[in-house]
Amino acid sequence: MADAMTDNGGFKYIGKHRRAVEHRRFVSGQGRFAADIVPLGLLHVAIVASPHASARIVSIDTSKALALPGVHAALTGDELCPAIEPMLPGVDAMQVKRYPLARGIVRYAGEWVVAVVAETRALAEDASELVDIVYETTPHVVDAEAAMAESAPQVHPALGSNVIYRRQFVWGAVDEHFAAAAHHLEYRVRWARSATVPIETFVVTCAWNDATRLLDIWASIQMPKFPDLMAKCLRLPGNGVRVHFDVDVGGSYGVKRGLKHSVLVGYLAMKLGRPVRFLEDRLENMRGGDMQGPDRIFDVSLAFDGDGTIRSMRMRAIDDIGAYAGRSPLQLGKPVGAIVGPYRIASVAYEAVSVMTNKTPQEAVRGFGQAPTNYAIESGIDKVARFLGLEPVALRRVNLIGKDEFPYLIPSGTHYDSGDYATVLDKALAAASHPELVAKRAELRAAGLLAGIGVSTCLEPSGGNSAFEPLFNPKNQTTTWMDSCLVRIDLNAAVTGVMGTSTSGQAHETLVSTVLGEIFDREPDSIRVVHADSLNALPSNSPVGSRMAIMLGGAAAGAAKILRAKLVRLGAHNLQLDDAEVRYEGGDVVSRADPSRRMTWDALVEIAHRHYHKLPPGMEPGLQEKFVWEVPTGGSLPTADGRIQMYPCHSFESHVVLTSIDPQTGGVTIHRYVCGHDCGVMISPDVVHGMTYGGISHGIGAALLEKFAYSEDGQLLSGTFMDYLLPSAQEIPPITIVDHCTPSPLTEFGQKGSGEAGYLGSVAAIANAINDALAAHNTSIDFLPMTPQAIWRTLNATALPKENA
Amino acid sequence: MAPALITVEITVNGKLRSAAVEPRTTLVDFLRDSLGLTGTHVGCEHGICGACSVLLEGDPIRSCCMFAVQADGMAVTTVEGLAPERGRLSKIQDAFCETHALQCGYCTSGMLIACHALVEHTPQPDEAQIRDAIGGNLCRCTGYQQIVDAVKLGTQPGYTVRADPVKRAATPENTVVPGASNG
Repeated sequence: MADAMTDNGGFKYIGKHRRAVEHRRFVSGQGRFAADIVPLGLLHVAIVASPHASARIVSIDTSKALALPGVHAALTGDELCPAIEPMLPGVDAMQVKRYPLARGIVRYAGEWVVAVVAETRALAEDASELVDIVYETTPHVVDAEAAMAESAPQVHPALGSNVIYRRQFVWGAVDEHFAAAAHHLEYRVRWARSATVPIETFVVTCAWNDATRLLDIWASIQMPKFPDLMAKCLRLPGNGVRVHFDVDVGGSYGVKRGLKHSVLVGYLAMKLGRPVRFLEDRLENMRGGDMQGPDRIFDVSLAFDGDGTIRSMRMRAIDDIGAYAGRSPLQLGKPVGAIVGPYRIASVAYEAVSVMTNKTPQEAVRGFGQAPTNYAIESGIDKVARFLGLEPVALRRVNLIGKDEFPYLIPSGTHYDSGDYATVLDKALAAASHPELVAKRAELRAAGLLAGIGVSTCLEPSGGNSAFEPLFNPKNQTTTWMDSCLVRIDLNAAVTGVMGTSTSGQAHETLVSTVLGEIFDREPDSIRVVHADSLNALPSNSPVGSRMAIMLGGAAAGAAKILRAKLVRLGAHNLQLDDAEVRYEGGDVVSRADPSRRMTWDALVEIAHRHYHKLPPGMEPGLQEKFVWEVPTGGSLPTADGRIQMYPCHSFESHVVLTSIDPQTGGVTIHRYVCGHDCGVMISPDVVHGMTYGGISHGIGAALLEKFAYSEDGQLLSGTFMDYLLPSAQEIPPITIVDHCTPSPLTEFGQKGSGEAGYLGSVAAIANAINDALAAHNTSIDFLPMTPQAIWRTLNATALPKENA
Repeated sequence: MAPALITVEITVNGKLRSAAVEPRTTLVDFLRDSLGLTGTHVGCEHGICGACSVLLEGDPIRSCCMFAVQADGMAVTTVEGLAPERGRLSKIQDAFCETHALQCGYCTSGMLIACHALVEHTPQPDEAQIRDAIGGNLCRCTGYQQIVDAVKLGTQPGYTVRADPVKRAATPENTVVPGASNG
């Protein structure tokens, strides 16, 4: 955006290669993660968890644990639950209360029952082994479809059903379009329960001060409204907690909503009068941390014509959210905002079913449900192509929304702001290159392997807001989803930006300093960005839904522009000129008519801070401005039939993948991976690319390796990294990213969000590649993960007895 | 009933360090809790993720799977000891900054240990060698691409560290207020 006042065309700092400011501390081992913060007198928590998927707690005997020297407490739900407010679901189901500790009933294997507190973590674990709990097991259910039956064991009897949320949306003339279409096909795909599994587990330390009545909290947190919910649950006033957002968080990608961990530790800190820390070990994290992800069955019907035009879609998404609900039911709601993907599908019927089972609860995962939905849509596109004998790329071209059709209104009420999907697809195909992949595929097949090319074209909605809250719960009328920035220029003329939420690898300090540098036309490396705490922070809604480039970037720009205008006013005033007669140049204010007349940055700062007599009348002394703003397009409630503008900005990605399968083992090799990506103007290209590589890596894991698998008894079978397989540098191939830019008309610099990049289209492309390979054997695999065993069984299905997928 | 403590002496980053630890204290907990060297991180405590990697007598090992007492009398290098001197960065550390080879920073310490060990033995590794060397260090942020790029870049002949040494400026600008005293 050219700025008349500075006479700069284009961007000076935005969009350029720049070393992230965060790097310096991490490569030196000087990061400050939650576990690195050790207040004096710190006590440690270990957890006793339920071994049963469903049971009544008959008795708990903590006497032997408490007798161990150095043990300070052994807390049960009987004490904790009456003393705090429950955590409630995001949908209207107040009967489904959730507490950090079980009381009377356990609902999943891994649910926390007793919290032991001791001088050291090792001692706490010793003591936890001395706790005696007698259980009486009760019937459990671990299959989502079985749980939907009225006769199924009830996870929360008070609710009267295991279905915590169900709604059928119909947007447009679905029945008519199906009747009029030449063909239709139905399919089922299953997205396995996986999650982003950060390398750092969840950690929370709380310290309570009796004199100030303030609870200090250091946590590896990524969660909207965390301080407010902490205060509420602990029955403290809003200004009775202080969350320190300057803690470095070791990855989250959605999941680190450790409210139950933090409420537990907060309570203990207040009870014991000493700082208390709970540092999840990996076993606690996998099973009882409640950070598992979407676990979905999609039943989809597509109505289409002979030329490939897709007329209508019916989709039912059943999501197994486990034994308790936080925001998890809402994860079925966000995809409403991109329910047709990048296609011109005229009508949609969407049924969202959120089901509870006796398994670990689900939490928000990168994309908040969009990645599974994209997998379901893209699988269908390829099935339609196969049905009609069309190339998958050609079929996509028939249906892609064209670049001149924006803003494009989809049937569920969202406008896509801008895009050029065909060009991104073309760029990805060219980079691959597609003809080379076709040749290579033939070579691989000739060598006795199965081989396939997979393409995906997927939306990446960004600028996350909570429009799915009122959509799924009419009693919740939240339409504000703001963010903010405070910018100050100090007495010594240095610039500092203040942000009001946590960071988990997204390089927010780099983002804000780049933006401020751009607006002030000052070197970004001279600008410091700090994290406030929740008492002195301006409002923020956290880095979720790929929103920070838009919202924090926009807020930083907003504050800087006000400050810059103030500098111009101050300079003009001191030059005895009107604002229009001066120019802002690199921090100086210069007379347009006579450039030798200028007020330097340093001189302006001195006047603002020290020379009140030189300020224009009515001007506030000092140089500090805040900017708080609402998400673009936000502020409206859904219609009665559930149409809503979900997110404001729409990034887009197109993946092109070549895979081979060894028929002997079912093992998959990725030979070529290209991702075309468009997130509008990139403020920090290195950061955006990093997100995209990382998202693709999450996608490869979800597609080929990762699953929180459960036995019939509700036991987690993949609770360590020996069973829950995270991809290493050997499983992730070299990846090529090609960029495209369709700026958003809604943002300061044309930027869109991209924190979920790569993940949203990756699984779809890999699945399509594998199914392209399997098509030669007249078979397909429609569930995840596509492990060697799963692929081998698919190839050899006629030879094997039937068994559950 | 507290277990008897054992005094261990381990050379860490070139300095002899000593502490009294329980026999069951892992090397990583000794480094982090006894010595306050929190740059080494814990991710799984069962030897898979590699976040706890340190150099033991020059070789990368999982410090979560080793007891401090087992390292008695040996030499350990942690991420804090990889730079040539305080305030400067090694070529690999610098290259990591250049290619954006990290995001959250949590796996980075272990990743750097693995990369330094690789480059010590293989000064100009190819892609396969790099991926093999970091194959035991899991990262959930980066997808490894920019890490591989960093090692390739940092091992190019003539690569110079670009990060400024951190030094205190002789006279910071703008602190002198003409014609006024401080305050």
